Amino acid sequence: MTTILEAKNLKVIRGGSLLVDVLDMEIFEGETLSLIGPNGAGKTTLLQALSYLMKPSAGEILFRGQTVGAGQRVLEYRRKLAMVFQEPLLFDTTVIGNVMSGLKIRGVGASEARRIVEPQLERFGIAHLRDRSARTLSGGEAQRTSLARAFAISPEILFLDEPFAALDPPTRESIVSDLEKVLAETKTTTIMATHDRNEALRLSDRIAVMEGGRIAQIDRPAVVMNRPVDQFVASFVGTETILEGEVRDTNETALIVGVNGSEIEVVGKGRIGEKVVLCIRPENVTLAIPDGTVKTSARNAFRGRIGRIVPLGLFHKVEIACGFALVAYVTTHALEDLSLKEGDEIAASVKATAIHVIRKSGA
Amino acid sequence: MDIILEGILKAFILLVTFDPEVLGITWFSLKVSGTATFISLFFGMSVGTVVALTQFPGRKFVVSLINTGMALPPVVVGLFVTIFLWRNGPLGFLEILYTPAAMILAQAIIATPIVTGISLAAMQQLPRKMRLQILALGATRLQMVRILIREARLPLLAAVMAGFGGVISEVGASIMVGGNIKGYTRVLTTATVMETSRGNFDIAIALGIILLLFAYAINLVLTTVQQRERPR
Repeated sequence: MTTILEAKNLKVIRGGSLLVDVLDMEIFEGETLSLIGPNGAGKTTLLQALSYLMKPSAGEILFRGQTVGAGQRVLEYRRKLAMVFQEPLLFDTTVIGNVMSGLKIRGVGASEARRIVEPQLERFGIAHLRDRSARTLSGGEAQRTSLARAFAISPEILFLDEPFAALDPPTRESIVSDLEKVLAETKTTTIMATHDRNEALRLSDRIAVMEGGRIAQIDRPAVVMNRPVDQFVASFVGTETILEGEVRDTNETALIVGVNGSEIEVVGKGRIGEKVVLCIRPENVTLAIPDGTVKTSARNAFRGRIGRIVPLGLFHKVEIACGFALVAYVTTHALEDLSLKEGDEIAASVKATAIHVIRKSGA
Repeated sequence: MDIILEGILKAFILLVTFDPEVLGITWFSLKVSGTATFISLFFGMSVGTVVALTQFPGRKFVVSLINTGMALPPVVVGLFVTIFLWRNGPLGFLEILYTPAAMILAQAIIATPIVTGISLAAMQQLPRKMRLQILALGATRLQMVRILIREARLPLLAAVMAGFGGVISEVGASIMVGGNIKGYTRVLTTATVMETSRGNFDIAIALGIILLLFAYAINLVLTTVQQRERPR
């Protein structure tokens, strides 16, 4: 994998507060990297610093191994990038005029520019709108135009700052799926800031979780989801059950962790007496009616009572009190099948391999 | 009532027969106010753009000064321009008092804050992120300013119109620094004042109608501009 962009000791300080503090970050050619994190985590600031729209307060940005310094170098660098914001930010001209604007800025002639942008109009399904005024577009059409404008200059790196956040779900779905196709076709290196982890999971090769200006974890989506490095990342990627405990016993592959008097068996390493954090994703919790006949291969079977049942569209979130608070997602079908109600007795089980252990020592 | 009806009738005849005196005054008014507006455009748009796009200490104070300047009383401008251009005044050596040049100068001073204030507002109403988007498209600073001005072109047109509307209708400064000399510094407003005081209501009404037509045309453009929507 070739590194296309690298940030070293990158700091952005504005008004006395440290907005971005990234020790070392590499972006590989052709990958799609998502920056996720809550509002104020520094995603937008990091994007703007990486694209040199905002001058970093300290540190270095290397594009293909070369420092992006100052003056002409910055302009040269910026001309290899494209950026799409949450707002389409279109110019008050026609659709095609907008899509051609990046080329015009680079001094490309009108007829040449027209030829270049034609496939982009097709790609984003706005060819029929080419002579329409940008003022008359719907939100979705406007964002498609904005994306086409970004791709028209064949950027070496594409920056996306919450590009779908303002769109309604059907429009969002259709644009995301078009973008997915275009990215697969063009293999454009893409860095996207989003607070929607599903969008990040869908589009990304890697995910960086940001908190307080720092990158808490950067890895493949499956790793970030299933093996978060700390409690913050765990909760941000949807780990509903995060338990603090202490290792009671160990054997070759497993640990017995005491949590509030219950014992949970997990796969992992640790020393007896060590404080650990256990992460259990809600989709890994299996529920059954406790009548003694249902057998499960899980070693961790807990009896408890259902607290709340919260509908979440495709799933229901079931909160269980079984000595500790455990959250499970069940399908609506399963919920009806087991006829689960709030206050019912329930048996919950989790496989030892489905529990992620965070060692507090950081080792 | 007769005076009014008669006046309107005669005014109508003066207008449709293209009375050379009325026509001459109208044309001269357009020239003076047009030139003054053009000059104010140069200063007003530059200052408005710079203030809109930069941050500096005391910026709020400058903006409040500009806004105050938008309501500058023409008589006060006339007074100070007269003092400056007076034979013994600091600019007396120019010897332009009671000439069209003095009128243009005074009107440009009146129009500049108006154009500055509206340009400033026009540039500021563009989304702040627009600047980032333009830079992200690979623009140099200069290209960015050009694109922003292009984006704000309709509100900027409003600035032109408001500036022109302000000076074509002002009378105080024109009469003070121009002197209402027949065939030389007489404009629509100063002529209206004079003809009214002489009791020549027909000519005064004809001139008044022309002024109203200008006002209507200007407001038509302004309204159209204000009703337009920006792209998302």
